[in-house]
Amino acid sequence: MLSHSGRTRLECFFLKKEDAMEIAPESQAPPSPIPKLIEDLTLLDEVSNRTAGVSRLEMCIQCGTCGGSCPSAADMDHTPRMLFAMIRAGMRKDALMSNTPWICVSCYHCVVRCPQNVHIADVMYTLKGMAIEAKLYRDSTAPDFSQTFVDMVEEYGRSFEFGLATRHYLKHFPLRLPSMAPMGFGMLTRQRMSMTPRRIKGIDQLKTILKKAKEVEAVHE
Amino acid sequence: MTQDNGNSQDVQERIGVYVCHCGTNIAGTVDVQQVAEWAATRLKRRGVVIGRDYKFMCSSLGQELIENDIKELGLTRVVVAACSPHLHEATFRNACQRAGLNPYLCELVSIREQVSWVHTDKVAATVKSQAVVSGGVERVLRHEPLEPLRVPIHPATLVVGGGIAGIQSALEIADAGYRVYLVEREPSIGGHMAQFDKTFPTLDCSACILTPRMVQAGAHPNITLLTYSEVEKVDGYVGNFVVTIRKKARKINEELCTGCGICQEKCPVKIIDDVYEAGLGYRKIVYTPFPQAVPKFPVMDVENCTYFKKGTCKACEKFCPTNAIDFNQQDEVFSVEVGNIVLATGYDLFDARRVTNYGYGRLPNVFTSLEFERLSNAAGPTNGSIVLRDGKTVPKAVGIIHCVGSRDRNFNNYCSTICCMQGLKFAHLVHERTGATVYNFYIDMRTAYKAYDEFYQRVLEEGTLFVRGKVAEVTDVPRIKDEEGHLIIQCEDTLAGKQRRIPVDMVILSIGLQPRADAKETAKKFGLSCSADGWFIEKHPKLDPVATMTEGVYIAGCAQGPKDIPSSVAQGAAAAARVLGKIQQREMALEPVRASINQDQCSGCRICNNLCPFNAILFHDDRMVSEINPALCQGCGTCVAACPAGAISGTAFSNEQIMAQIEGLMLLNVGEEITL
Amino acid sequence: MSKYLLYPGCSMETSARAYYDSLKAISGPVGLELEEIEDWNCCGATEYLGISLTPAYALISRNLALAAQQNHGKRAVVAPCSACYLNLAKADYYMREQPTLATHVNQALAAGGLSYTPGSLAIRHLLDVLIYDIGLDTIKSKVVRPLTGLRVAPYLGCMVPRPDYEKRWSDHEHPVELDLLLKALGAEVIDFPLKTHCCGGHMTQIGPETAFELIRRLIVSAEAHEADIMTTVCPMCQMNLDAYQGEANRYFGSAFKMPIVFFTQLMGVAFGLDPKDLGFGLELTSARKAMSRVGVETPEPPTSAPRPRKDSSLPMPKPLPTKADLAEKVEAAK
Repeated sequence: MLSHSGRTRLECFFLKKEDAMEIAPESQAPPSPIPKLIEDLTLLDEVSNRTAGVSRLEMCIQCGTCGGSCPSAADMDHTPRMLFAMIRAGMRKDALMSNTPWICVSCYHCVVRCPQNVHIADVMYTLKGMAIEAKLYRDSTAPDFSQTFVDMVEEYGRSFEFGLATRHYLKHFPLRLPSMAPMGFGMLTRQRMSMTPRRIKGIDQLKTILKKAKEVEAVHE
Repeated sequence: MTQDNGNSQDVQERIGVYVCHCGTNIAGTVDVQQVAEWAATRLKRRGVVIGRDYKFMCSSLGQELIENDIKELGLTRVVVAACSPHLHEATFRNACQRAGLNPYLCELVSIREQVSWVHTDKVAATVKSQAVVSGGVERVLRHEPLEPLRVPIHPATLVVGGGIAGIQSALEIADAGYRVYLVEREPSIGGHMAQFDKTFPTLDCSACILTPRMVQAGAHPNITLLTYSEVEKVDGYVGNFVVTIRKKARKINEELCTGCGICQEKCPVKIIDDVYEAGLGYRKIVYTPFPQAVPKFPVMDVENCTYFKKGTCKACEKFCPTNAIDFNQQDEVFSVEVGNIVLATGYDLFDARRVTNYGYGRLPNVFTSLEFERLSNAAGPTNGSIVLRDGKTVPKAVGIIHCVGSRDRNFNNYCSTICCMQGLKFAHLVHERTGATVYNFYIDMRTAYKAYDEFYQRVLEEGTLFVRGKVAEVTDVPRIKDEEGHLIIQCEDTLAGKQRRIPVDMVILSIGLQPRADAKETAKKFGLSCSADGWFIEKHPKLDPVATMTEGVYIAGCAQGPKDIPSSVAQGAAAAARVLGKIQQREMALEPVRASINQDQCSGCRICNNLCPFNAILFHDDRMVSEINPALCQGCGTCVAACPAGAISGTAFSNEQIMAQIEGLMLLNVGEEITL
Repeated sequence: MSKYLLYPGCSMETSARAYYDSLKAISGPVGLELEEIEDWNCCGATEYLGISLTPAYALISRNLALAAQQNHGKRAVVAPCSACYLNLAKADYYMREQPTLATHVNQALAAGGLSYTPGSLAIRHLLDVLIYDIGLDTIKSKVVRPLTGLRVAPYLGCMVPRPDYEKRWSDHEHPVELDLLLKALGAEVIDFPLKTHCCGGHMTQIGPETAFELIRRLIVSAEAHEADIMTTVCPMCQMNLDAYQGEANRYFGSAFKMPIVFFTQLMGVAFGLDPKDLGFGLELTSARKAMSRVGVETPEPPTSAPRPRKDSSLPMPKPLPTKADLAEKVEAAK
């Protein structure tokens, strides 16, 4: 599973080799000369079931309102609409490797405008989770960030921005750190960022709850 | 098949039971032969003298089986176990009638929809069918011969709504020689069609094809034109409606007015015309909505008139050459008698302000389809120039957005039928008049009817740029230099797979159609219902689109659902044909299945009065009892169930009959319980 | 006194301290009593939802369960932070819409000795409570130093007006609530067309180029409308537009100097409170110049007289009638 409980505070900051989420070997394998069926038609149901609420993904009429509304569409491999077409076509690998869900900013423009009331933003979250599980993504920046955030929360019960930022930038944008210094300095001197994490009293209770939640999730996947 | 020799002792009646195979529809799940045999033997003492099964009872041969048995075996009752009565009740009743048996002594029980189509266990299904047949037998024993009610049909007709559908209806009935009362709420007939510029796909000028009909309707000796009027109340029943109409006061004496228009000219007050000019143009307080209005008499807008607000002005009165202005004129309320009613009340447009991401109402150069029609119309506020909201600039690029407020669960969840063609029409007009670049944004291109796809081809040839993608946003916030000073349409070009921002000068929203805002009240007034989307409900969506569940009331045009002009005209004509058919027959036979109140038992509580969906129950204040009008009653049974005193019973669904059917269903008549 | 349970969210104590300070300062004057949820935990922001479903909602629901326990007859939870608000509201809504989710989440909560019945709490955003519960009249009555002459761009951000499952906001695209509040404070509110467009969210950390473009659009539009200052309801939006403005300037080679503060800070100033108590000075893009416009005697604000309609121009459609009292308030506040 994906939890990293049981690690010390210091361990959370420093990088470990096993932290790095490598791209799965099979997606790097040379293409086989024998054609294989690429469609996995169970993909639509799987995505739908793992989404909060009723996703209504099967109701999509491919009108393109979501792709038209998205403020970050220009940076996406596929527009949201295209991604849904791929999911319905069962193109599992292509869909999960797409950077689309990672570029989604959760602004919900698509959700309120969709004429078929598809829970688009929540489907994006599901795809993120499925991509992490299958280790299918080209750029690990976003998944790593999320995972680090989650590690902090599971350790302390609160987010810890300083730790998050440090670890994240050290790993992914080390060259930008110097130029970020003024901003970091500004935030620290105004005490808008704390150098030490805060911990909730009921952290054990939270850990128990999350552990159980992961078990429940595993059973029902 | 087994036969009895006429030795039943328990009952006097002689019942024939017929069980249909319906191919494998019933026989595939129910052992129909078994059921027929069971009926003939086990129900023998309940009066069954013969039990038959046959492949298709509804076929001529099947019906002949029944007819022959009636004649040869002297049957006095018939039970057919087959499909739902909705389909073939009339078939078997007619067969009985042909053989000389009163049709209401025939009962059809459903062992298809209620047994074979909902069960898979053959044994259980067969037993259930036996029970159902048994119930039918018990019930039919208590049936009585009934005669249909005959009511005379008044030859006059009421047509509500003076749009193209209403006008068509009125003209056809009037041409056949019968009187029509054409009631229209606005000051002139013509409806929405009078506001359009050109009509698709022929590009006929709308007013040019409409006004001849309007003039004909206005001048027809058999049509009583009641404009600026509304129906207040409808009493009575098919063939004998009494309709109360309010003719609102125009403040113009129609006997004296010549339609010269001086009052309109001299009126000093101008306000925005929200109705005819779609809020783009102005009108006076005393006004005719458009120059070709029928009738020619103007109307005074009392709410905004200076005289009625402050007591001054009266310019119209001063200048009227024939003294036709009458400030004291009152509404006239009167009643007419008609035999049939045609409701052709039309549609309202979707309120585009609700789609805030398209900016209508906030961004000046976003227009609705109706506003564009008025711009394009040579008699409109810009004399036919297609210009931006500043009234002078000609657009160089125009974006036309389809599916605004339609096919959208956030607004109306249906397709409005005409907006794709409307969008194409606008594309053509913009090309023709301005030479601007035109973009059409669509999800699907719905050009289904005659010559519609040809029109699409034409618009393609003219160089219209089609983008398949529902528009996400219309904005005036530029991101790059080229976008400054323009309206930007942001959408995903789904065929190219990329988000696009297209700068245009003018945006036209092809808005959808909606039922009239007061459709529900209107429906209630006339004894109709509305569908979930709000349109009037027809009797059968496939086979009977102009009749309603209320006898004598017909619907036509967009009141029944969004449609184009040819379809509205066709429905108007269809309704007229139905009405003429009724009038021709002079009288009508009504189904005698209806409720009646035992006035000795009625306590006058009036609970039933408001429950009746057909307004068929009246209350006698003098005797403090309710009475059911048999002509209006449709036999739905609501009042029968509601009456706390049990004072209401139905012919063909009396309490006795229903209880008997239940007992038969539980096989109490043969003294056994149902076991599997 | 209107009583509510407060879910502050992780940012309130650190990056959005100005929000926290100003909220505490104005609560007294408007009669808002806030009781913090005991030992609340992080809502997971937009990160946890991307890992897995049940744990994410269980994380959020621990807070709902604690709040429900602490209810004392108060039913509403107020969340000032947009993401926290949306997470809490979504959790409650989806658990109602999909009972299996509620079952799974409660199984997890039970392991920690907690439980939550979906629908037992009302989740409200701070702005919603101020406008619809406290009321604009009360707020207006506390204004001693109207923000006359200060041109403010109301920036609501995306997660408050959308998806709005409980239908609390006037519109998804151009809601009027923040405008009305600022008008009640006497400020000159610009008609900011991008008021609900995204600031980029966590993309400033993950995909900075995407985020900087979104930030640029917002600031350019605010400047084009000659705003002195932007104001917002969300800690993430404030941080992105304020703290990352320097980064955006470096990326584009621009020289934006658009300050952005929390609306509660402006409320505090209008109520006559000391700016230092309201978190002023904590922003990275200085608001001093903008606020100096309020400390000085300003001339009569230019009343926007209706522009004389040229005879040739066509009339505009009337605005859609929103809730009746909203429309009246717009008129009254003008």
